[in-house]
Amino acid sequence: MRTRTTSLRRKEEIAGYLFILPWIIGFAVFTAGPIAFSFFLSFHEWNIFNKMKWIGLKNYARLFSDPLFYQSLKVTLEYTVIAVPLSLITGLALALLLYPKVKGTSVFRTIFYTPSVLPMVATATLWIWIYNPQYGILNYLLSKIGIKGPDWLYSTEWVVPAIAFMGVWTVGPNMIIYLAGLEDVPQVYWDAAKVDGANWWQRFRYVTLPLLSPTTFFLLVTNTIGALQAFTQAYVMGGGGQGFGAPANASLFYCLYLYQQGWSWFNMGYASAMSWILTLIIFTLTMVIFRTSRSWVFYERG
Amino acid sequence: MKRSSIKLLVLYIALISLSVVFLMPFLWMVTTALKGSEDEIFTYPPDIIPKSFHFENFKRVWELYPWLTFLNNTLIIAVLSTVGVVISSSMAAFAFAVLRFRGRDKLFILVISTMMIPYYTTLIPQYILFAKLGWIDTLKPLWVPAFFGSAYFIFLLRQFFKSIPVELYEAARIDGASIFQTFYKIYFPLARPAVITVIILHFMAAWSDFFGPLIYLQSEEKYTLVLGLNSFRGMYYTSWHYLMAATIMVVTPMIVVFLIGQKKIIGGITISGMKS
Repeated sequence: MRTRTTSLRRKEEIAGYLFILPWIIGFAVFTAGPIAFSFFLSFHEWNIFNKMKWIGLKNYARLFSDPLFYQSLKVTLEYTVIAVPLSLITGLALALLLYPKVKGTSVFRTIFYTPSVLPMVATATLWIWIYNPQYGILNYLLSKIGIKGPDWLYSTEWVVPAIAFMGVWTVGPNMIIYLAGLEDVPQVYWDAAKVDGANWWQRFRYVTLPLLSPTTFFLLVTNTIGALQAFTQAYVMGGGGQGFGAPANASLFYCLYLYQQGWSWFNMGYASAMSWILTLIIFTLTMVIFRTSRSWVFYERG
Repeated sequence: MKRSSIKLLVLYIALISLSVVFLMPFLWMVTTALKGSEDEIFTYPPDIIPKSFHFENFKRVWELYPWLTFLNNTLIIAVLSTVGVVISSSMAAFAFAVLRFRGRDKLFILVISTMMIPYYTTLIPQYILFAKLGWIDTLKPLWVPAFFGSAYFIFLLRQFFKSIPVELYEAARIDGASIFQTFYKIYFPLARPAVITVIILHFMAAWSDFFGPLIYLQSEEKYTLVLGLNSFRGMYYTSWHYLMAATIMVVTPMIVVFLIGQKKIIGGITISGMKS
């Protein structure tokens, strides 16, 4: 009997490894291997076709004296700083409106979520037309309320905010995750606050917001990581679709510049170095958010 | 009026006006697509409702570009990668949720942590690998990796398998079912709702992907719909009626899939937030 159980356990052990074998191979070939190789590559000069040349830290040294590197960093940080808070606030606002289960909630939820299912290229194409300074609908509607809209995607000042504002239209996932967070909050907390005489704002500020802080934390981390890697909207929309970083590199997002180095000019070593700097930035920012979270994220069960 | 009904009224006004805002871009897309010529498009103030409806724009757009080829390529990638991701991820998820083996939990933490790795870190070596294999300008780089599992879907399916009582596994084994049979005759069918969620989410992601096709596909006959739309935009960049008609063609299947599979999609998104 004892040998039977051991052999059963052994079988399970072997089966376990076999079942995850595809993932293990994939991890080695598509994740771990590439991470190591990309690090190695960042110390080389290589255009895929010629022989790889060891150049030590030169790629990194060049990066730190490359004005376009700083420009792309600035653009991406500006985008992140505008887009992330905006998407979080909009997502939360929509979730709060959908939370009371009134008639028709599911229809409104569908309406708010639908834009999020469009491929980014399609969304971006549509918004180039919406943002058209002369004939687009946005500036027309703004003129109706007495605002003269800017040149949006054609303006060095507005191109990044414009791309970030578009994100408000695709906050579906944030909205849904906030809604799930709200549904996890026990009703008694609100009732208790009400009994204590807290008004609408006080209940939101001192009950809802703290109880949602784990959700906010999760969304802050994932949205920040996503924003730092933004590519498609910048690729499609810059200068209304005039090409890389238009106008005048004002929309040269970090990943757009990385793409340009890697796939327009085949500077694979340089692009690898860029990817490592990005990884470092993402890692650092995530750590910062984690560190600060202790003071503002509250978990219900201590 | 009672206080609560005033509140309700305010809520509805907010929901309805926001819906108008959210639907406006769609309206703008559809009306532009139906306009007759560039003269009708470049007018100020813009006509929200076209002067006459030109449904033939869709036919014209269809003839201008090989959309059927693009659709075919998109479907090949989407279907094959979905098959791959379902098989590989459900197997790994089953192992992580049910089977007992040394290092299981540590390996699972590794799976989760790969979700945090930025896409661009592994991108260049992956591209070089596929270039060395001679796979550039083929659809393979866009679906073969799916057969090696996706961390997100492994996580999602594991959560589901975890909710099934372990007694079921033990009973099946005592009745003489092999581990593999237990997986594909009992656990996999039971996981149908979660598997459907994975299928929909992955299918939509594959359909919408831009960066992958952009770097791996070069010749037009290999393009996906999204890549084709981008190239069409470069070609007809002032013909907004055609551009919007083409955009509608590319997005409609996604909207239909969403409307049908809405519950599953929203369920899947909700689970991704539960890690918090």
